[in-house]
Amino acid sequence: MSEQPSMAPVVAAPAVAFEPRIVAFFCNWCTYTAADLAGVSRLKYAPNVRVIRVMCSGRVDPQFVLEAFAKGADGVLLGGCHPGDCHYAEGNYKTLRRMRMLIRMLKELGIEDGRFRLEWISGAEGDKVKAVVNEMTAQVRALGPLDLPGKFKEWDREMEDLEQHVNASAPQQEEAHVR
Amino acid sequence: MAEQKEHQNGIPRIGFYICHCGSNIASIIDVEDVRKYVATLPGVVVSRDYKYMCSDPGQELIAQDIREHKLERLVVSACSPNLHEETFRNAAAKGGLNSFYFQMVNIREHASWVHEDKAAATRKAKDLARAAVYRVRFHQALEKRKVPVDPNVLVVGGGIAGIHAALTLANAGKKVTLVEREATIGGHMALFDKTFPTMDCAACILTPKMSAVKSHPNITLWTYSEVEKVEGYVGNYKVSVKRKPRYVNEDLCVGCMACIDACVFKEPKFPDKFNQGLGKRKPVYIDFPQATPKVVLIDPATCIQMKTGKCKKSCADACDRKAFDFNQQPELKEIQVGTIVLATGFKTYDAKRDALYGYGRYPGVFTALEIERLVNASGPTLGDVVLRDGRHPKAVGIIHCVGSRDEKTNKWCSRVCCMYSLKLAHLIKEHSGAEVYNFYIDMRTPGKGYEEFYDKLLAEGVHFIRGRVAEVTDWAMTPEEQGKLVLRVEDTLAGFVRRIPVDMVVLATGMEAQADAGEVRHKFNIGCGSEGFFQERHPKLAPVNTFTDGIFIAGACQGPRDIPDTVAQAGAAAAEALVLIDAGHVELEPNTAHVVEEECCGCKSCVPLCPYSAITLDEAKKKAVINEVLCKGCGTCVAACPSGSIRQNLFEDDEIFSEIEGVLAQ
Repeated sequence: MSEQPSMAPVVAAPAVAFEPRIVAFFCNWCTYTAADLAGVSRLKYAPNVRVIRVMCSGRVDPQFVLEAFAKGADGVLLGGCHPGDCHYAEGNYKTLRRMRMLIRMLKELGIEDGRFRLEWISGAEGDKVKAVVNEMTAQVRALGPLDLPGKFKEWDREMEDLEQHVNASAPQQEEAHVR
Repeated sequence: MAEQKEHQNGIPRIGFYICHCGSNIASIIDVEDVRKYVATLPGVVVSRDYKYMCSDPGQELIAQDIREHKLERLVVSACSPNLHEETFRNAAAKGGLNSFYFQMVNIREHASWVHEDKAAATRKAKDLARAAVYRVRFHQALEKRKVPVDPNVLVVGGGIAGIHAALTLANAGKKVTLVEREATIGGHMALFDKTFPTMDCAACILTPKMSAVKSHPNITLWTYSEVEKVEGYVGNYKVSVKRKPRYVNEDLCVGCMACIDACVFKEPKFPDKFNQGLGKRKPVYIDFPQATPKVVLIDPATCIQMKTGKCKKSCADACDRKAFDFNQQPELKEIQVGTIVLATGFKTYDAKRDALYGYGRYPGVFTALEIERLVNASGPTLGDVVLRDGRHPKAVGIIHCVGSRDEKTNKWCSRVCCMYSLKLAHLIKEHSGAEVYNFYIDMRTPGKGYEEFYDKLLAEGVHFIRGRVAEVTDWAMTPEEQGKLVLRVEDTLAGFVRRIPVDMVVLATGMEAQADAGEVRHKFNIGCGSEGFFQERHPKLAPVNTFTDGIFIAGACQGPRDIPDTVAQAGAAAAEALVLIDAGHVELEPNTAHVVEEECCGCKSCVPLCPYSAITLDEAKKKAVINEVLCKGCGTCVAACPSGSIRQNLFEDDEIFSEIEGVLAQ
């Protein structure tokens, strides 16, 4: 092989395949325990999720989700107890209420549906952790990078350009106005 | 193996430790790489790895570093905080650091055990470590809250598990309330004739314990009662118990049973639930002669007085203690306890679900529990093994694993059926002289003296056929099969399909969670596994604990088990309750919420969110106030406060935002 001169044109090495970064907020009592159970059961799933533990999904401020996207997450997963199973009686209902609102807002912001997911996973459902993480990773991988930090920079640049443009054209307009 | 640096501009001095966990973590995650990487993060002055961080030398290493390097924060990457958070908090305290200046990173359950790609798992471990390093800067010094533990205990369920737990606690001098929903305690064990493998008479070993419960000065026994509501938290539970009406005053009745003889129904007419419907009872009845408490009760569905109000009430006339009260109402009692032991038991699999075995269709098919009553000397036939038509069986087939080890119904092994099938085979043979065939998948006899018992049965001439029975049918193919029930089975040892004609079929039904286990677990705020049994805190290390502190589980409500294991577990649950009681107080996580008064605008958004009514509005100041004793630390109000003036210890906004930033930084 190596003796033969390559006929293919020399190309740059292909960019590293996109690996989505997903931030997960798991409640201590159900979903975090389920993830522990998945570990103890040695289930294998995609390594793309980073779990942040909270006591209850009700602690998750919609701002946490927005912050995660703003800091570069390609997806955000929120896991709580099944309805009626909340360790704190009804924290997950409050979560649901807030997240319904948030989902509408994310849409307005141009963040696709599959990038945010709310799942009820009980402490016994280690296999569901595996299924949800795998499914969501595949889904977000298909959507491609969100890269909000990159977009913010781009938007800042646009704003600067606009500002320069406004500054450059402002005096003339003023003159015209005076006349 | 350490990287050390000088203090950096205002950031607390952080020590980072990563555990190999033998090879559990180190075989997937490049521990050395993570350690080196974390050493470069701002604030990290010590970064070490160690084979077993949780071991004494591992903890000592941390404590020593805290003193030597004046560490102000601690991060440990190891297993789940549910396992060892407390261990490392203690290590921090040993080194003189406030325990809450610590953050744990879970790279075993959440990384090395669930990922195969080493590079990706190592990347994840770095991200998670970085998040913790960022977060831990914002940690505050906190103290655990101490609350007193009420020494009284509630035991729910009066089977052998509940009885044993209650007696153990009562013998230790604690006041116990035992609540049982049936009219008598004893549970399933009271139904059995003999117990394997020793063939002790079940009643002989159980009834003394039952009467000990009744007469124990420290036990309040409430039978025919159910827990309605549970409020509070570890050490301080308020429980409402509904006492169902027996229509007989429990304090007056002495159990002479003169009323039963006097009942207007001269003969017992109604199916006897205690005898699995094989016997008959009157509307006024007592489950069995040794029922505890020995108090009769009236079944309102069959009693003429209860139904029509037009009975001559000969029962009441026969009672010289005037114990009858046809207007008795349910009574709601409230008790205060510190700890609760749940021993609510199991139910047997409904044999009708396996239609091909013909239970309910062929009168010759029985469940194992029915046979327990038939072979019982105090059962409906006084120990005579008879078919429903009165004939004595000449051949009996016992089908194992009905509702166990079956993809279509229950996947689990019920653990007791092999052994009780052997016991029943022995008893049936002894009582009736019939030929007995056991149809099994595998013989499972793990226990002291169990395998020896199996050997004994083999010697007794009981037949064993390995194979799952396909069908029970009355369709005869030969004259010998006429009038018989035929079991069609592939004999997997002989390698061909057999047809075995018998007169009686016994279905060795498996164990399932109680039908209302889901409801009960909601009342007590504990979890259930996917099979419906109550979930233990840890399958190996905390088998009687639940995720709700102060609530313990014992016996078959947690999973199928036999009597020796149940009694052992009941003792363990009692011991766990005693630990809390004798300590006198429990320490609670300081993860409560509090209001920063200057920032609160008094909008009241938080007030209705709290499920524990811990938040009120101070009307004079127009500020929200959180009662720390009532707060359980869910943080729902924190997430909802529009002005951000509610803070949750251990989960402050700063901490979580920095964790988000850390996990995503590159």
